[in-house]
Amino acid sequence: MKRIRTPLDDETIRTLKAGDQVALSGVLLTGRDAAHKRLVDTYKAGQELPVDLRGQVIYYVGPCPAKPGKVIGSAGPTTSSRMDPYTPLLVRELGLKGMIGKGYRSKQVVDVLKAQCAIYFLAVGGAGALLAQRIKQAEVIAYPDLGAEAIYRLEVEDFPLIVGIDSQGRNAYEEGQAKYRLAGA
Amino acid sequence: MKQIHVKDIAETVERLCIQACTALGDDWWQAMENAVSLEESPLGKDLLGIIRENAGLAASTGEPICQDTGLAVVFLEIGQEVSITGGSLYDAINEGVRRGYINGYLRKSVVSDPLIRENTGDNTPAIIHTEIVPGSDLRITVAPKGAGSENSSGLKMLKPADGEEGVIRFVMEVVEAAGPNACPPIVVGVGVGGNLEKSALLAKRSLLRPLGERHPKPHIAKLEEELLKRINSTGIGPQGLGGRITALDVHVEVHPTHIASLPVAVNIQCHASRHAEAVL
Repeated sequence: MKRIRTPLDDETIRTLKAGDQVALSGVLLTGRDAAHKRLVDTYKAGQELPVDLRGQVIYYVGPCPAKPGKVIGSAGPTTSSRMDPYTPLLVRELGLKGMIGKGYRSKQVVDVLKAQCAIYFLAVGGAGALLAQRIKQAEVIAYPDLGAEAIYRLEVEDFPLIVGIDSQGRNAYEEGQAKYRLAGA
Repeated sequence: MKQIHVKDIAETVERLCIQACTALGDDWWQAMENAVSLEESPLGKDLLGIIRENAGLAASTGEPICQDTGLAVVFLEIGQEVSITGGSLYDAINEGVRRGYINGYLRKSVVSDPLIRENTGDNTPAIIHTEIVPGSDLRITVAPKGAGSENSSGLKMLKPADGEEGVIRFVMEVVEAAGPNACPPIVVGVGVGGNLEKSALLAKRSLLRPLGERHPKPHIAKLEEELLKRINSTGIGPQGLGGRITALDVHVEVHPTHIASLPVAVNIQCHASRHAEAVL
């Protein structure tokens, strides 16, 4: 288990290989479909963005509401591929360095990870109650009107992740599945 | 005529929404225990362990198992000797969903129009399936369904000549395409026969059957076994990261169909196989 902190620099990213288990601490920003669309539309319109993405990691999550006395409700990853159309711009133009989600990514995303030395992490899908315990602080910092889809700033401690696609473009899904595929399947 | 007041229905639905989102059934725990013992991948075993730990934590703390607490799918079996009193049945169901999702701190994931996409703020309306059955009971099943697995589902109108092999081929296509997005280990619900909408409903309903239980018809039970074997040969594994256990179970339901049709619907269920029921 490798322990890393945000913000991420190229040197750290290069040490991480597809399939590595990682414990990440520091700040994460959340964002899903609606927030991605607004960020990209705002950038394209030449207006100022509400968050600075340089060196940051976006967690694709729409959490449950926090119960009284809790930091956040259940908070596991959502399907990343819905963000694929927006990701290359966020990485290339806005300096985003990492993403956390679940599932496959497009070739365009893999290409931009390689070109910009960025990384895609996986969190365990459907383990939202467990993951929420590693979130120590949560506040909405942009787009509060989007509710669960607003951009939150999260502080996490030893957030458990697996490197899904590393900065060389290696893919933990392909490599893992190839080992267990039986003949004739 | 047995009388059931809408107030009791709303209260029951509220309770079932919260229960379904926080506690999984005994059949699930048994299926996961089998899965852990059969899984060959060390990482796969770890991931199954995390999924079990998460479910245990949710049950003990009342925190939702998954943040996607889904669309509230509600199945009603209404005995024909039941009279609903005090107001509208569907209003009562939606009131129960509203209260369950607000009071249970569950996520509100419903938009009022598929194109305009404004959140309704209380997870209503529910998707309600109603059946009139003999007797004097009202059976309510709440099955919250997240989008990761629902979006990975599919339906195809096959030709009768495609036969059982065609059914298997289509199920495998859907499962392969779903991969990690549907949060494996999945449960695969298959509806074969009827027409377009009937097959989809059969597939969804089959997900309510306890894990590990086979179809009573021997040739369908055999098809379930064959599909499970093939799905667990893909190597997709827990979370799609490789392994033996891609599916916890496969349920197939069948229905009479047209001489020219062979509809097949595949409804994928993520590992959080959530449903809770009550009889009034």
